[in-house]
Amino acid sequence: MEYFLSEEQKMICELARRIAEEKIKPVREHYDETEEFPWPIVEELAKADLCGVYIPEEYGGTGGGVFELCLAVEELCKIDGGIALVLAATALATFPIMLFGSDEQKKKYLPDIAAGKKLAAFALTEPGAGSDATAIQTTAKKEGDSYILNGTKCFITNGGEAQVYIVIAMTDKTKGSRGASAFIVEKDTHGFSFGKKEKKMGIRGSATRELIFNECKIPKENLLGREGQGFIVALKTFDVSRPGVAAQALGIAAGALEDAINYSRERVQFGQSISSFQAIQHLLADMATEVEASRALIYTTARMIDKDPKIRVTKEAAMCKLFASDVAMKVTTDAVQVYGGYGYMREYPMEKRMRDAKITQIYEGTNQVMRNEIALALIKEAARAKK
Amino acid sequence: MGIKIVDDKCTGCSLCVKSCPFGLIKIVSREEVGKPHPKYKKIAVIGEGCNLCGACLEPCPLEAILIEREEEKPRVDISQYKGVWVFAEQKKGEIQGVAYELLGEGRKLADELGEKLSCVLLGEGMDGAAKELIAHGADRVYQIEGSILKNFQDDPYTDVLSDLIQKEKPEIVLMGATVIGRSFASRVAARLGTGLTADCTELAIDLKARQLLQTRPAFGGNIMATITTPYNRPQMATVRHKVFKKAVKQENHQGEIIKESVDGKNLSLRTKLLDMVQDLTQTVNLADADIIVSGGRGLGGPENFNIIEELARTLGGAVGASRAAVDAGWIPYSHQVGQTGRTVCPKIYIACGISGAIQHLVGMQSSDIIVAINKDPNAPIFKVATYGIEGDLFEVVPALTKRLKEVLG
Amino acid sequence: MNFIVCIKQVPGTTDVKIDPKTNTLIREGVESIVNPFDSYAIEEGLRLKERMGGKVTVISMGPPQAESALREALSMGCDEAVLLTDRAFAGSDTLATSYTLACGIKKIGEFDLVICGKQAIDGDTAQVGPGIAEKLGVPAITYVKKIEEIDQARIKVERMMEEGYEVIETNLPALITVVKEINEPRLPSLKGMVRARKAEIHMWTASDIECEKSKIGQAGSPTIVNKIFTPPPRKGGEVLLGDPEEQAEKLVDKLRQAKVI
Repeated sequence: MEYFLSEEQKMICELARRIAEEKIKPVREHYDETEEFPWPIVEELAKADLCGVYIPEEYGGTGGGVFELCLAVEELCKIDGGIALVLAATALATFPIMLFGSDEQKKKYLPDIAAGKKLAAFALTEPGAGSDATAIQTTAKKEGDSYILNGTKCFITNGGEAQVYIVIAMTDKTKGSRGASAFIVEKDTHGFSFGKKEKKMGIRGSATRELIFNECKIPKENLLGREGQGFIVALKTFDVSRPGVAAQALGIAAGALEDAINYSRERVQFGQSISSFQAIQHLLADMATEVEASRALIYTTARMIDKDPKIRVTKEAAMCKLFASDVAMKVTTDAVQVYGGYGYMREYPMEKRMRDAKITQIYEGTNQVMRNEIALALIKEAARAKK
Repeated sequence: MGIKIVDDKCTGCSLCVKSCPFGLIKIVSREEVGKPHPKYKKIAVIGEGCNLCGACLEPCPLEAILIEREEEKPRVDISQYKGVWVFAEQKKGEIQGVAYELLGEGRKLADELGEKLSCVLLGEGMDGAAKELIAHGADRVYQIEGSILKNFQDDPYTDVLSDLIQKEKPEIVLMGATVIGRSFASRVAARLGTGLTADCTELAIDLKARQLLQTRPAFGGNIMATITTPYNRPQMATVRHKVFKKAVKQENHQGEIIKESVDGKNLSLRTKLLDMVQDLTQTVNLADADIIVSGGRGLGGPENFNIIEELARTLGGAVGASRAAVDAGWIPYSHQVGQTGRTVCPKIYIACGISGAIQHLVGMQSSDIIVAINKDPNAPIFKVATYGIEGDLFEVVPALTKRLKEVLG
Repeated sequence: MNFIVCIKQVPGTTDVKIDPKTNTLIREGVESIVNPFDSYAIEEGLRLKERMGGKVTVISMGPPQAESALREALSMGCDEAVLLTDRAFAGSDTLATSYTLACGIKKIGEFDLVICGKQAIDGDTAQVGPGIAEKLGVPAITYVKKIEEIDQARIKVERMMEEGYEVIETNLPALITVVKEINEPRLPSLKGMVRARKAEIHMWTASDIECEKSKIGQAGSPTIVNKIFTPPPRKGGEVLLGDPEEQAEKLVDKLRQAKVI
């Protein structure tokens, strides 16, 4: 399908594809195997200016938006759905600074992130607060010119590797969801340490780690937005970051589709290539249709966000994530099927895609939460229309 | 001058399109280009960048493509140039194998032309080597002695060979397509303003035109080109190592040795050779090896190269590798065979766990016998293999080593 | 310091295959790339500039569409690009190409080091680098795998030989040709690509570079391509069946029959 990309958007795709093909492909098995953090790839992304594709030029980025981020993430994920998270997860934690940060905060953090010198991580989830984010226990107590953080965050992507952390903590427990605030915490702050490094099913080339705050003192300037705005920060962030997760899912699915088509043309059974069998053809046709539908939804949503940041996109962003991740799971499962026995073997890149795809149905809000949000928006819209 | 399509002959059949190695031919509507024809609607057009290689001439059934060359006249007095020369490469005083191969082939060319076969030998203390060359069929050896020539260096070698050619006027000069040959042959040819054809694999004489037909692979061996130097002399070529048979030694063969000394002071020397370092990881160098055993991605890790090494040792061969294995850091680059590595043509090439990407194939497909060991029956390597063994290399390679040890003792 | 890198645009080789049935070349899409060996030359030029300061100028001879190869070099970080393009250059062999590029380099002006890839992957001749050096009257060191030292006046390099390497020193200006081992080329950057898209590429014709007409193009080319043909494709051979021991035994028998072991 023709999406009429601009010259610069085409360049982003070309560049991301080349990094994926030339730099990531040769090492993807290595990182999947060892679960090391792919610092050399971060360097490549940085040198190519891809770390700043969604950051304004005045802060050292290349001035694109959510759409440009999605394009880069999709291309990278065609080859590896895990390693690209260094970029996507950093964006998740950079959006709050872009949306709610003061000029000083933007000047302090965005240029280094755009240059790829620093990675960022977003920390909301806690052991007892997953889908129910309001149950978070981490606290931030104001003391003079500082806040003191205490508590534990878990499953934090880029945890331990990132320099900049956006942490949601309760400043006033009595106010419930209006008692949370967002903070910027830098690595190496006294009282901030890292706990367990998770061993995962997929996206093993990304780091997922526990953050521990023990009397961690940060200056009050590190409050992001206003006190009590924590969940607003989180929700607004998700509105712009979910298309990015969706693009990750899209990339994984598109990569699987591409490989499956090529494999079906090469693989010979019963004296002919298996692509000549209708059983395979129909599978491929469904896969391709779903991938394209997912792409169209994501691109349209991303363009909508970039065009007018004031439009509410909670519903559309949730749809992107929901649809693209379900498609990714289905398409990668079918791609393994096309590969048959080889698809199940770790020597081939297919089973990895299936493992990588699964997380996209879970993080940044499970798909069940996505459905809740979509439904809630639908009902609200209908109610408003009635009035 | 140049290439052209004969407007009224071209039917737009598109047979030429595929033949162009540079993809420059397109079929367009005659109307669009303002060349209407009562019968044919389409016509071929040739884009810019054509180097007049002529690949499209033969496929055209209608002779609708013409290459017009300016009425060329010899640029030198061709009749003054006589005899076939071979540059006898030496390292540390040892005549290199390629020199004997050139003598074998040069002998044939000289006999066909009814001319003498001469060798040029540059070095220091090369008396024995000069006699060796005579015994291998040279009618004459120009033995140029000087301490400055002891080891190869571009400048003095270029000076001496160029001067000698200008003085003696040979018709043909053959050199090995080795590092040394390829480094300075081009300088010599550029200084003399004559033609040089790189890396030839076939040489023949067109007696009528009294020309050397130099055939060489291009596009990594996917196409062959026959090249001539019609109007300049000498006709120079570098020749690929191991393509031609070495000349047989005949103790009673007679020839003359013309020995000269050069004074280093009269030669330019702008480079300084500080050190020569042997690569100890290479037991036998790939270019010289008759047998090469190569390992690829299928080995899974650097430690597994030991089974490749053992097989190579048993056969007295060298160890090669695919780009994948080199890029993974399992073995140094000096072992890489293929487009960005070395081009090899041993008698036996055994590819173990190498899938056979085109870039690898172009580096080894001119080997005499290719053995492929791979567990993927669809691997492209099997398409070029003389013998294919579908199986686990970790079983097959040791079994092969064992069997060879039994047989070879 | 002034570094000049010579590059060539070549067909992406994976596109050049032989159709086993018709024995013709198949080219799926005409993708052109920067000759891979020249990418190492570009990278080395950029690294030297980063180390020594100065400027990297990239030069090529070819049809107007070779411009895209030069833009790729600019997007990697080269400062200026020159394309020698003229119908009069058509039909150049390695001698005429060397002469033409040398004339172009002289027109660029003062230089300290010219860097070329060891050869182009379409022609595989490796003759143009040393040819340029001869025409420029500077020393050349071929097959360089490492630059050990460089200063304003001299350079010390390692040259690959069949059985190892040589350490060679020479005064500047000079020319080197480089092999893959020397570095790993960078990819372009997004900002570089944007800049390269807008950058001006100097297009010089034969009259711009003050060359002798008799030394360029077909007239300046002593060699002529008489015939071009595809070699008979290698036939897929015999498959040796059995368990590993049997396969090994069969292979050894075959090799002995062929008298190669």
